Amino acid sequence: MTRLDTLRGPAEPLDHNARTIAALAVNPGCDRRALLDAAGVDKQKTAVHVGFPAPFGQSPFAITRAKSFDALVKANGCAHLLRLLRDTLDLSISEASYADISDVGGNDDHHVRHTRTRALLKRAATDGDGAGTLFDHPLLKLTVAGHEVYLEPAVIAFQIEGRFHIVEIKSFAVIDDQADAGQVAAAARQSAVYVHALRALFAAEGLDPERVSHNVVLVCPKDFANHPTATLLDVRQQLAALERQLSRLPRIDRILDELPLGITFDLETQSPDEVSKAVATVDARFAPECLASCEMSLFCRAEARDNGSTDMLGRAARDELGGIESVPAVLGLADGSRLPSTEQLEIAEQLRYVRRIYTEAVA
Amino acid sequence: MSIMSSYARALAVQTGCAQPVATVRHVHLSAAPMVFIPLKLAGEAAAPLGALVGTDPANPRLLLVPQPRNRDLRFAFMAELAEVLLPYIEGFAGVTETVEAKTPYERCADAPQLLVPNRGGVAFAKLLGRSTRFRRTDGPYPVHPSVPVLGQWLTFLAERAEYAGSSSLVSMTDALALHWATGQSSMEDASLATQLAWIAPPDGKNGPEAALAAEDPLTSPPAGPETHPDFDGQVLVHAIQAYETSGSPAQIREALRSQLEPTWTLMWQGVRLLRGLPEAATVEARWARDRDQFTRETARLADGGFPRGRVDGAVSAAIRLADLESALQAYEAQRAFDDPLVMTEHRVAGKAFSGEVVAVDATRRIVPAGKTRPAPRPLVTIRTGDPVRLSPGRRLVSSRNRKQKTEIVDITGDLVVIQVNDQMGRGATPAPGSLPVVGDVVCYAELDPGGGQRPRLPAGEDTPWTHGGPPEPYMPTDEDAQEAWS
Repeated sequence: MTRLDTLRGPAEPLDHNARTIAALAVNPGCDRRALLDAAGVDKQKTAVHVGFPAPFGQSPFAITRAKSFDALVKANGCAHLLRLLRDTLDLSISEASYADISDVGGNDDHHVRHTRTRALLKRAATDGDGAGTLFDHPLLKLTVAGHEVYLEPAVIAFQIEGRFHIVEIKSFAVIDDQADAGQVAAAARQSAVYVHALRALFAAEGLDPERVSHNVVLVCPKDFANHPTATLLDVRQQLAALERQLSRLPRIDRILDELPLGITFDLETQSPDEVSKAVATVDARFAPECLASCEMSLFCRAEARDNGSTDMLGRAARDELGGIESVPAVLGLADGSRLPSTEQLEIAEQLRYVRRIYTEAVA
Repeated sequence: MSIMSSYARALAVQTGCAQPVATVRHVHLSAAPMVFIPLKLAGEAAAPLGALVGTDPANPRLLLVPQPRNRDLRFAFMAELAEVLLPYIEGFAGVTETVEAKTPYERCADAPQLLVPNRGGVAFAKLLGRSTRFRRTDGPYPVHPSVPVLGQWLTFLAERAEYAGSSSLVSMTDALALHWATGQSSMEDASLATQLAWIAPPDGKNGPEAALAAEDPLTSPPAGPETHPDFDGQVLVHAIQAYETSGSPAQIREALRSQLEPTWTLMWQGVRLLRGLPEAATVEARWARDRDQFTRETARLADGGFPRGRVDGAVSAAIRLADLESALQAYEAQRAFDDPLVMTEHRVAGKAFSGEVVAVDATRRIVPAGKTRPAPRPLVTIRTGDPVRLSPGRRLVSSRNRKQKTEIVDITGDLVVIQVNDQMGRGATPAPGSLPVVGDVVCYAELDPGGGQRPRLPAGEDTPWTHGGPPEPYMPTDEDAQEAWS
């Protein structure tokens, strides 16, 4: 049993998915999230256990809609998808094959599925007979913070003439060729994770990683109808950001070394108070953006508030305040009751001035 | 976001109560604004679920779609919404005033004002407009005649909302954030309930406590347009099912009422808070722009104007962009000159300064560049304690007279010398009162309330080939009118 297993307790480890890795990469400074994810801890249950259930969830209507759209695109051997691929990628796909790797002969073991994914993709890459080939639910593996994780697949890998594309099906609408910027950005970040993982697999198999295209095919409903449309999404920027962030992720070993011995997040044996204390021993880096993506966010926000941390005001506000860590420090520097360190001299002078004219104007 | 507003946020944390970032109200508020709180079905592009709407705080009208997936019921909802909104909007068209200008023209004396809870509400109003404005009252999928008209108005209002300083369609959380800094992040300020909890916490609670309580979805349901996922799963699913089996929307009505009424109360609380602030000097002038645009749209629709196409042509897009920029520039400047607290942001940034006049050379005359005869160009010296980050040659506007053009001649230590270029009368010496005098406290800023000039652009039919050539004018098509809405 590894140290990470001890941390998690007897519960089954949770899989990473592109969403969690994208979220991790958005906040690479957060040791807490990195460790909980690496140990496969169920953050949702942990958050409930310590009394801070996640502030988000998914509506059953959204889930149903996403599923039905997914099914529509994949119906009849991905007929819709092939038509869209012909149109957007301008491909002359005469025939296409489809392989679903969500299980291997009824076995959905990760190791088996991953081995199968590798074998199929390698064969497609080396044979390259020109025909379009679709691989649904490929199980990819990724090294995150020095720790190998499986990626729960929600995409299709598409191979044509030796080139591979990631196809991502999303149920947000593209209206008059415009979609919600936030949702497109999130989709691009997630797709980048798959491209990254697929390239890693290619590299491990001795194939050229560049054969995996940085252009992702995004399939969404068009306008107000259920009819799918496809767009090519260039994720080079997201890919570069992801690679940079992944390389910056603290090594899990380093975090583990700093932990007190005998600590565990086991929900079965530990009281809420004990789990809270255990979680609090790992440093978090709270930002309000976490509220939309991390199950532990309310716990971390409460912690930030208790500490009077400027993190709770948002990254922009914190930066404006010269990166000073706590609210009392900001106000202390502003009213002169606290002496600035050498690197705080400039911001302290600004704050004193801000305080003077703000007080003047409010009075 | 500036160091000033961030400092105000830090103060809010310390005091447990939101802090002012404005001393006057920068948005127009109608005597009886139309509050509109729409809800949509999760996962769908633009499926209305219900709405609470009305101008009387005591008497909101609840509209609903008992089965949000049913297209006919959606259009019935839109027709019902039109019953409320169209008489309100069109009611303003009748009363006009004559505007004194080079060519005098008629302008509506007042215009409609819609208040929605947040930016999501504005975006959803735009989508509702987009999904209904092309519809026809005949043909394969006929709709009630009021539906496409409402679609055109919603499109118009959502478009106005993009212009800085417009008050035709206002997001309440944005309006409140313009005047108060809370002790939470700007992202969390998008939640009306928590934002108001910081601004006006109920008795016995401080801001953070009230905000925490306001995060409970049971007592403070989301202000829309998305509903809470737990509400969807635990209440709405069953209510829709009950409608499917019994044909009675009673259960959905109750469910939606429970989600909408708390927000309704908050919206009017927001209105009261904003009304408590005195109106800023230029709000009236900006509202006149809204009335101008409303008058033009009324006339356009009366002439049978086509709905706006799906995409803009190159020239109209460039014009729009230039106008948006100019509106933003003018708005920022006007807000700063209207409100010393807003001006402090620019003073902190070094783009403006305030101080006392220590010397005036009113008799100075020079030959301005490009002229042949000497003209008065007085110098005014101001002593300021502000960290000025401007250099000689920069053009400034004075808070005494926003039309007067001045420029910096010299900055030495805490002394700034500026040259006054116009607004001094026609005489050989400056007219009395056209210059500040020694001892005056003045404020100068590199901000132009005029908004700058729109660049010269070709007419639509002269669009160059680089921009796709002259665009086909939009003609309504059958395809647009019959577009699926599933």
